[in-house]
Parts: sequence; C-alpha cells; structure tokens
Amino acid sequence: MDLAVIIQVLDSSIRLSTPLLLACLAGLFSERAGIFDIGLEGKMLISAFASAAFAFTTGNVWIGLMAGIGASLALSAIHGLASITFRGNQLISGVALNFLASGLTVLIAQNWFKQGGRTPTIPEEQRFQDITLPFADALRDVPVFGPIYSDLISGHSALAYIAFLMVPLTWWVLFRTRFGLRLRAVGEAPDAVDTAGVSVIGLRFAAVGTCGVLCGIAGAYLATSLQAGFVKEMTAGRGYIALAALIFAKWRPWYALMACLLFGFLQAVALRFQNIRLGDFVIPVQLMEALPYILTVVILAGFVGKAIPPRAGGEPYVKER
Amino acid sequence: MDKMPAWADAVLVPLISVFLAAAISALVILSIGENPLNAFSIMVEGALSSSRGIGYTLYYATNFIFTGLAVAVAFHARMFNIGGEGQAMIGGLGVALVCLFIPWPHWSLALLGATVIAALFGAAWAYIPAFLQAKRGSHIVITTIMFNFIAFSLLNYVLVNMLKPQGSSDPATARFPEATHLPTFQSMFSTADNVMFRNAPANVTFFIALLACVAVYLLIWRTRLGYELRSFGQSETAAVYAGISPVKITIVAMLISGGLAGLMALNTTMGEAERLVLNATEGAGFIGIAVALMGRSHPVGILLAALLFGFLYQGGTELAFWTSIPTQLIIVIQALVILFTGALDNMVRMPLEKIFLNIRKGDA
Repeated sequence: MDLAVIIQVLDSSIRLSTPLLLACLAGLFSERAGIFDIGLEGKMLISAFASAAFAFTTGNVWIGLMAGIGASLALSAIHGLASITFRGNQLISGVALNFLASGLTVLIAQNWFKQGGRTPTIPEEQRFQDITLPFADALRDVPVFGPIYSDLISGHSALAYIAFLMVPLTWWVLFRTRFGLRLRAVGEAPDAVDTAGVSVIGLRFAAVGTCGVLCGIAGAYLATSLQAGFVKEMTAGRGYIALAALIFAKWRPWYALMACLLFGFLQAVALRFQNIRLGDFVIPVQLMEALPYILTVVILAGFVGKAIPPRAGGEPYVKER
Repeated sequence: MDKMPAWADAVLVPLISVFLAAAISALVILSIGENPLNAFSIMVEGALSSSRGIGYTLYYATNFIFTGLAVAVAFHARMFNIGGEGQAMIGGLGVALVCLFIPWPHWSLALLGATVIAALFGAAWAYIPAFLQAKRGSHIVITTIMFNFIAFSLLNYVLVNMLKPQGSSDPATARFPEATHLPTFQSMFSTADNVMFRNAPANVTFFIALLACVAVYLLIWRTRLGYELRSFGQSETAAVYAGISPVKITIVAMLISGGLAGLMALNTTMGEAERLVLNATEGAGFIGIAVALMGRSHPVGILLAALLFGFLYQGGTELAFWTSIPTQLIIVIQALVILFTGALDNMVRMPLEKIFLNIRKGDA
C-alpha cells in the first residue's frame, strides 16, 4: 500500500466524517442541555432533501443551504414543542420525527420532481465547489508533506471546513462563555439554573435550535457536496452513527472530532476494500460496517471508561414539584 | 384526586390524538393535489372490500400485533425497546435454520419448533442490551438501536457467506421444504366452489398472534411476574423496597419483549416468503412502537391498533397503485401517530383535564 492509496482513503475518511461531525456536534448541544435527540437522522434527511430541491430549482446552492437549515429547524421546533413545552417523551418524539422525515421527503420529492422520490441531479456548478487552499498546487511535489497538504487537507467544500472549524468553536462556546456554562448547567441541574433566574425553557430551545442549524448544514453537505442531489434514505443511518460518536466522545467536542474521524475512516475502509485479508483470516465487510455500533456498545457497557450522560438528560423540567 | 376519569385518559386521549394525526395526513394528501376522501375510499376498497384485501390486512396486522406486544411489555417495565426490528431479524434467522436443517414430518410440528426457536433467538438478541442496562446502566434505547444495525450486518454476513444457495446472487436462503409450508387462509377457509382469500399471505400465524395477546394480558395483569413488572415500571424505588430485583425484572421484561418481536418472523419468513430474505422485517419492528403507543400498551388496544395499521399498509399499497400518492404516506401517518400519542400527548391531555375540571366544578 503506497502513500497515494493511504492519502485517498484518508481523504475519503474526511469526506465521510464531515456529516457525522456536524450531526455529532448538533447532538452535543442538544444533549448537553438535557434534551435527548435521536432525531438527528431525520433532521439531516429532511435538510438533504430541502437543500437539494432548492439548490436545483433556484440554481443557487446557498439558498439550498438556507432551505435545508430551515427544514431542519422546523423539525427542531416540533421536538422542542413536544419535549420542552409539553414535557413529552423526548425519545419517542425523536423516533417520530425520523419517520416523519423519511416519509415526507419521498412524498414531496415524488410530488415535485416525479422521479421516484429523488431530486434531479444537481449540475456541478450549482453544488458546493471544492476549495483549493493557497499554494496547494505549488506544494504538490514536495515529498510526503506535499500530497498530504494538497490532496488531503486542501480540496474540500466550504461546508467541510465549516464542520471542522465548528469543533474549536463548540468547545469555546460551551466551556468559555456564559451561555455555554448555563447551557451545560441546564443539562445537569435545571432547578439550579431556574433558581438563579435564568430561563430553563429559553436555554433548552436555544440548544435545540443550534442542533437544528448544525443538522441542517450536515444534510446540505450530504446532498449538495458529497453527492449531487437527494435520493431516498440517503442519510443511511449516519444520524445514529453520529449519536454513537457522541457517546463514544462522552459528550465532549474534541473527542467528538476523534470519534467522527474514526467512524468516517471505518466507513471509508469498508467502501474501498470490501473484505480485508489478513493472512489466512478475512475480515468481512459487514464487520467493518457494524464496527461503529459494536464499539459504541462496548463503550456504553463501561468496560473502557464509563460514558455518563448529562444528569438531567431526557427529563422534562417541571418548575414546581 | 385524578383530574379526569380513567376512561377519558384511556380512550379519549388516544382517539383525539389519532384524529389529529388523521387530519394532518388529510392535509398532506390535499397539499400534493389529491382528494383525501377519494384516497380514503380507495384504501377501504383495497383493504376491506374483498376477502383478498382482508387477507393482506390481517397478514400485516399479524406482524404488528407481535411487535406491538413486544414494545408494550417493555413499556410496562418503563423501558423503550427500539430493537424490535433487530430482534425480529434474528428471530427470522432462527426460523430459517429450523426449517432448512430439520426434516419436519408435518407443518404443525415445524410451526411448534419454529415458534420456540424464533422466540429464543429474538430473546437472545434482546438479552445483551438488557444485561447491559441492568448491570452496567447502559441506556437501553441506544443499545437496542445499535443492535438493530449489528443484527442487519450479521444477517447480511450469514446470508451472503453461509446460507445463500450456490450460484444465487440474491442475499436470501433457499426455499424451505414443502413440509414446513404453513396453511394460508386460502387453504383453510376456501370451499370447492368458493375461493376465499385468494393469494393473500394471511396464514395460521394470525391465530398465534391472537394467542400472544391473551398470553400477554394474563402475564401482565394476572401473574405475580406481571405485577412485579408493572410496579417496577411505576416506581423503581418502591419496587426495590418491596423486594423486587431491578436486575431480574429488567432482563426478564426484555427477554419477553425480544421473544415476542422474534415471533414476528414466523409470519413473514415461514408464512409468507417461505425463505429468509435480508429485508424480511420491512420496518414492522418500528411500527410496533406506534401500535403500542396507540393501544396504550393493552393487548386489546394493541390488537385494534395493529388492525388499523394493517389496514393502512394494505390500503396504502393500493393507493400507490391507483393514484400518484407513494406508499411513504403510511410512514408519515405512522410518524404522526407516534408523535401525537407518544410525545405530544400532553398537548391533548392538558386542555381535556381543564374541561373535566370545569365540568366537576359545575357539578359541585
């Protein structure tokens, strides 16, 4: 295996990690504020459809991105209404929203475009373009560093760079701002936040909204950057992998980056190599596909350090008991 | 004092929720330029007006009874088992192994053997998440979701690398031998000059589903175990104080839940396809969530909700055939039912409670 192949696999890992990372950070905001969200998958899916549909019809990919974020926010609003305002079951609400997105996207896509529940292919120039970083071409011939910089780090779409920049930003917001402190507090001890005169409901809606925006970007990345349009069920369980990554990372931003890169790498390897032969032993592709889920169960089981969720997670806040 | 009578909470709240879901579904149909009344009559026509349509409706309902009961038993112990899909897949694997590798003399014996194995396989797949929840505190919702994906990969591997007949490219087993084929409603109810349920997949498994309803009723409300299960679901601390072991109840409840989900495979794999295919469950594990919520986790409610969803499934298929409405409409309806009955139930309950309080004040 030479450097070129390694670079290719790593490059594809970054592409596959990007939507996971965005969704994972989205879940991080929501769950840190005490709102469980298994609807990441649905929000990404509906955003993927909306962004592809609007990018195709208007010819402007940024309008597509906005539409995607809008659609994702609409689902967030329902989730907020159900789990914050009406103190419903957050898990059930998430499940319902996943189905809602799965059904509505195909229903509307079929109604608008009549192509069997998909959008038409978006032409190259109407999608997010790959950005070539400065000096990428000039440095290509430098040994080792050249290919890494110009093929691996350079040449991704704007959304991918946004995703990776979101990691330090999330860390800064959560751990270095007043808003972040309150947001984390509301996920651990909402009554304390309430006693301090800060609105629990407001903070939780802010968190759920942030989650919606990030899932929206993730969906737009899938449909207008990674692929050229929306196809039925195109998120293919990425929302659940992101959820797995979030647990794997124990609800911390930098670890989320590592977990998403790892899971993206597993996907890339499974895509490229199918069955991997190690001497006499063959690792089947199905094992590679299942590995993120298996790893998450192992982490959840607490055999490799314990994953402890925010304390008030999943509990609706009732002002007076 | 309760804010409203028990019958209102048990009947009125779900009914209004379902009505809301239906109203929004009608709006969705309107917005894609079709007539909701027309759509509804096509669904009734396709699902209920012929014995063939009813046969399909009952076939789907059979699946949903099993998965609905599975979710409900876990609900009673206050656990949310999203893993019905995976448990049914593994149950199907058990059914396939039993049908392919044991030379059964008669279908009734084969059905008996397959029932035991399907339940055992489904329960086994639920055991690990249950164990992790009970002993390590890993959240059952997340682990069962993960186990759905793992089950799919495992089944895919076993089908492609072990059970697929040589020369076939389809990830599916060979056809089961003749002796394991279950009697369909057509063979049971047709007379010489009057063919009933022509080509419909409803089969003898439907009666096993009805038996399962009775069994779950007896278990939950007429046995000591059921009492322990419900008390654990109501209040864990009170249950512990009464000497009920949380570890035991968690694991037993999930084993029963997984076993019921596994039984679904009897209907799809042994009754209909007569071989194991990769996508045998077709999301029925998830519909069980909607069915259990709508049926308020009571076997009678679940039976009715499963029949309704069976109707929706068969009707939706007909709808896709005759109009431009794709079958995904059913997924939207399913989502709305789950949303309104499971997550937004307080939106319905709060105003109702106010109304009942006002009525009482009027009386006093």
